[in-house]
Amino acid sequence: EALVINDPDFQHEDLNFLSRSQRYEQAIRKSSLMVMKLREYGIADPEEIYWFKSFVHRGRPEPLDLHLGMFLPTLLTQATPEQQDRFFMPAWNLEIIGTYAQTEMGHGTHLRGLETTATYDPATQEFILNSPTVTSIKWWPGGLGKTSNHAIVLAQLYTQGQCKGLHAFIVPIRQLGTHEPLPGITVGDIGPKFGYDEMDNGYLKMDNFRIPRENMLMKYAQVEPDGTYVKPLSDKLTYGTMVFIRSLIVGDSARSLSRACTIAIRYSAVRHQSELKPGEPEPQILDYQTQQYKLFPLLATAYAFHFVGAYIKDTYHRISGDINEGDLSELPELHALTAGLKAFTSWTANAGIEECRMACGGHGYSRCSGNTFTPSCTYEGENTVMMLQTARFLIKSYTQVSSGQQVTGMVSYLNDLSRQRIQPQHVAARSVTVRINDPVSLVEAYKARAARLVEAAAKNLQTELNHRKSKDDAWNRTSVDLVRASEAHCHYVIVKLFTAKLSEISNAAVRAVMTDLCLLYALYGISKNAGDFLQASILTDAQITQVNQRVKELLAIIRPNAVALVDSFDFHDVHLGSVLGRYDGNVYENMFEWAKKSPLNKTQVHESFHKHLKPMQAKL
Amino acid sequence: SVNPDLASERQTASFSVEKLTAWLDGGAEHTRMRRAVVEAIERDPVFSRENQYFQSQNERYEAAVRKAVHLQKKMHEMGWNENGPEFKYIYRAVSGDIAFLLHRVFMRSISVLGSDKQIAKWMPLATQYQLIGSYAQTELGHGTYLQGLETTAVFDITTQEFILNTPKISAMKWWPGDMGRSATHTVVFAQLYVHEKCYGVHPFIVQIRSLQDHSLCPGITAGDIGPKMNFEHIDNGYLMLQNVRVPRENMLNKFCEVQPDGTYVRWGSQKINYFTMTTVRISLISDEVLIPLMKACTIAIRYSAVRRQSKLKPGEQEAKILDYQTQQEKLLPQLAAAYAFHLTNDYLQELFKKGYSEIQKNNFDRLPELHALSSGFKATITQYCTAAVEICLRACGGHGYSLLSGLPSLYTKILASCIYEGENTILLLQTARFLIKCFMAASAGQPVPPSVTYLAAVKPGKCPAKNKLDFLSPDIYTEAYQHMAFRLISSTAAKLQDLIQSGVKKHDAWNQCTVQLVQAAKAHCHYITVKNFAETVEKLETKAGIQKIMKHLCDLFALHGIFSNTGVFLHDGYISGAQMDMVTASYLDLLAVIRKDAVPLVDAFDFTDKNLNSALGSYDGQVYQRLYEWAQKSPTNKQMSPAYERYLKPLLHNTLSKL
Repeated sequence: EALVINDPDFQHEDLNFLSRSQRYEQAIRKSSLMVMKLREYGIADPEEIYWFKSFVHRGRPEPLDLHLGMFLPTLLTQATPEQQDRFFMPAWNLEIIGTYAQTEMGHGTHLRGLETTATYDPATQEFILNSPTVTSIKWWPGGLGKTSNHAIVLAQLYTQGQCKGLHAFIVPIRQLGTHEPLPGITVGDIGPKFGYDEMDNGYLKMDNFRIPRENMLMKYAQVEPDGTYVKPLSDKLTYGTMVFIRSLIVGDSARSLSRACTIAIRYSAVRHQSELKPGEPEPQILDYQTQQYKLFPLLATAYAFHFVGAYIKDTYHRISGDINEGDLSELPELHALTAGLKAFTSWTANAGIEECRMACGGHGYSRCSGNTFTPSCTYEGENTVMMLQTARFLIKSYTQVSSGQQVTGMVSYLNDLSRQRIQPQHVAARSVTVRINDPVSLVEAYKARAARLVEAAAKNLQTELNHRKSKDDAWNRTSVDLVRASEAHCHYVIVKLFTAKLSEISNAAVRAVMTDLCLLYALYGISKNAGDFLQASILTDAQITQVNQRVKELLAIIRPNAVALVDSFDFHDVHLGSVLGRYDGNVYENMFEWAKKSPLNKTQVHESFHKHLKPMQAKL
Repeated sequence: SVNPDLASERQTASFSVEKLTAWLDGGAEHTRMRRAVVEAIERDPVFSRENQYFQSQNERYEAAVRKAVHLQKKMHEMGWNENGPEFKYIYRAVSGDIAFLLHRVFMRSISVLGSDKQIAKWMPLATQYQLIGSYAQTELGHGTYLQGLETTAVFDITTQEFILNTPKISAMKWWPGDMGRSATHTVVFAQLYVHEKCYGVHPFIVQIRSLQDHSLCPGITAGDIGPKMNFEHIDNGYLMLQNVRVPRENMLNKFCEVQPDGTYVRWGSQKINYFTMTTVRISLISDEVLIPLMKACTIAIRYSAVRRQSKLKPGEQEAKILDYQTQQEKLLPQLAAAYAFHLTNDYLQELFKKGYSEIQKNNFDRLPELHALSSGFKATITQYCTAAVEICLRACGGHGYSLLSGLPSLYTKILASCIYEGENTILLLQTARFLIKCFMAASAGQPVPPSVTYLAAVKPGKCPAKNKLDFLSPDIYTEAYQHMAFRLISSTAAKLQDLIQSGVKKHDAWNQCTVQLVQAAKAHCHYITVKNFAETVEKLETKAGIQKIMKHLCDLFALHGIFSNTGVFLHDGYISGAQMDMVTASYLDLLAVIRKDAVPLVDAFDFTDKNLNSALGSYDGQVYQRLYEWAQKSPTNKQMSPAYERYLKPLLHNTLSKL
């Protein structure tokens, strides 16, 4: 951190005042420098690289992200040893800059629908790559527009007249040396987006572009010189990289939300407005209940997601260790978990960031507030599709339980459902057992809600199946229920993980404040989804009223620690990039300083006065 | 040619799109006029927004000034004027992408707050653009809470002048549009001091730039406040005043005056002024909130009919994403909301028209109700529609995030409406204060204004619905909304009273209940919206299939509200768990019904392609072709980026030697 912040090479003008081309140029400058400095300091550990990177780019995406985050790892996991010899070192040394071209204009999350083709020609032992339609143009890959000279392209493999599905190919796209696009390649930038100004997200169109047979990544599936196709051991393996990225997004969601909370809470402690008590000075807006109600549940959520992110990372490392040894038994649950939690956390974090910005009033709307928008709801899998993947796993588990099998892991609560059927018991009888001040008891409440919604979705699905012929049609007509079930499941997992974390905290004061946050997270969730808890008779009307009341009490309890709780996230001012969220709280002076640098202020009289205003006044 | 996927959607419309458009416009003659205005504007290349997404803040500002200047000429040519019926269509046609909007606010404030003499002096100058005005109220440290403003205006008897000052940094005027670069004059709101006594906030006309060379006047520091999330074309500005002197006559004095000897006199009723502020809140709903939502729905729904993804049935073509229940559940409720709030807006306009004629007869009885409704609906509608536009954006997957889709700029623009003209939470609390007062009055048997009479009629009991079809009855769901609003208001009132009786001070009790109060105010507005929608549909003619589809949309809007807020309806058992399952079933069934008319329903909003300015939302549905063509126009593809020569090349070639 200090290495970067104190390095004059990494300083530059506020990005908000630069055009997209300038921002791209700055990002490239810093990335290039960064790579050289990483080598210079001998930093090679991925975790350290991640931190270094995040300080150089202040948490923003940059053109080399895909090279470092996807191109290199994909080479490591999917290339044969010979391919690694050919490509890895040049890529490591940045002679080859690569990206990962999967998404097409017409297809995103639904991978099987991709249209790019790679047809094997045994005569020359080459693959012929084509973008047969407009919709098949590769669209969005980061670093593709202007930066990369190679891409890993996902395409439908055709050999011996048959389609063998999606495979990955290493495709050179620009001439080494001149950086001009190669013949048969059309490549460019997809234009301005909502955020991500530094990134040259690109398009790629290929016309009969030939690459040698050895450029197909062949660690798993292979095409032999005569065109014979050799199937991979498990086709699930190619999804490994995506699962990994999704697990990272959960951590990113936690960080972005923490950042937004830091800005909004610090600013709310600095801003004074109106009066709470007649005759007294204007209070900090953080003293208003409505402001606390906007921000503190998000603060609790940021902490919750933080623990979830850590849990997923650990689980991923544990399971991926097994994958390398060929044990894939936990892959379905891992897949279900990362898909749903990616969707749940990014949805919540995005909405939360919006809420934080709104809570800063007009100044939140200025670019100097530093609250940027993130499209993580969409990339690496559209969220509804992600939720439905989780739902598929939940329904599968439910069906297993119904047929008398036991399930394990996070879904083991479904086992209880069959027990209840054997001993039918009036569900309302259980409701009084929920103790609203006990996180462990609240976990049970969330568990009951998840079980109820999974069961309801499964039953509705069954009803639709009884009415209709097609399974897919029935699935579609139940998908709203299925998404709700997945959300309830994810919500349960998060409350459970947060609660479990409490017992690991040794410092009593920290544990106390974390317990308050955990309670706030759980109770706020109940308050917002009261209908689910009421309808399933998990809680009574009176208990919901108590929950609402308790939430407000917790706001007042958390209030004195609010700023300390965001300070603990330990964001450096440079990283926050926010005038409103400064550690020293000197907001107004610095807004003025910032505004003076605006491009519109470069001259005292703007040129449009001479061009337009003056002539108009003369004429009228 | 029209994409066959979109063409097929239009063949099955259950109603006449043209008739629906005319109904939305308030009559076929309005539709004709609107189209004529839009055509005249769009034919003129000066108003083109073609390159908007690629322009810098400086370029956007310059274009906005150029357009504003050109518009004067155009209006003269066409025989349009600022107070004519065409004006709102002009605004729609240029999509608000024009400078000098605050100049209009400047003029309005003079005409409302100024004396006849002041009007006679300033208005001709402003109309002739001999000066350009702005309106400086908000400060760095204060927004909605006006009494907190810190700018001062001290009367100097010896020179008969006011001396204006920005005593500290938080008192700097911040945000006023047109002030950063364009304005020569501005109305400044400042605390008036005479003989060291403070008389509160008053408006003063202050010249800030030279009329000759546009340089800043002595004592004035002004400039642009820097980039924002949107409104790049507007030079929102800051203003610092150091001993700036203006003559006594520059204080707008329709309602009060400082006489030459320093005597402060107040006359007339300020209530009419208060009414004007209230009207502004309502006037923004149509242009700044409903149009962006209607555009977002148009883009997202047309795109969802063109985008095909994954297969619903094995062996078939990939399905339109609009055929997925989850996609319908995202978009169709937003479409219903656009129609619902369009009708709420009509209702409010009508109410304010009546209110205005009463006020002109010096009858101010309805003012508190109008104020409560304008605050509550401004907050509710801006918040609901902002969330709705965001849902449309997210529903378009990756391509929604491209600026070329038009959705990001619609979103960032509508987002601002939640903040300007009063911060939403504060506005909702104002509505809540009115509701609590009315509830107390009703409980005591006193008369209450028409919109809250339900507070007097306590109806115990349960929802009578027996099957899912019952929930398609407006009486059933309107009653449920009424019950819910009543319960939230009455329980909050009870809570407040309990606290006060237990010895908590009134203002503390209020702060402790604000979360509930906000919820109650929203519930009230939601109820009125549903009720008004249902009543309007009831009165519609049955021909042309419009009533039928509107009834579906009304049902969908109402049931979506219940489905998304199950807790408040289940809470006291008014709707039972079993009934809630019926609501869900009816709601999901409706999605499939409205799905068939989704594209015609957005076609009826009648936006031209130029007006939408979206690669995803065009009428012909040639989405991918257009995205590809537009992307190639990006400056990043035209200009050779210096990044390669400067940084990439050394990186690609020299790193090895440095390692």
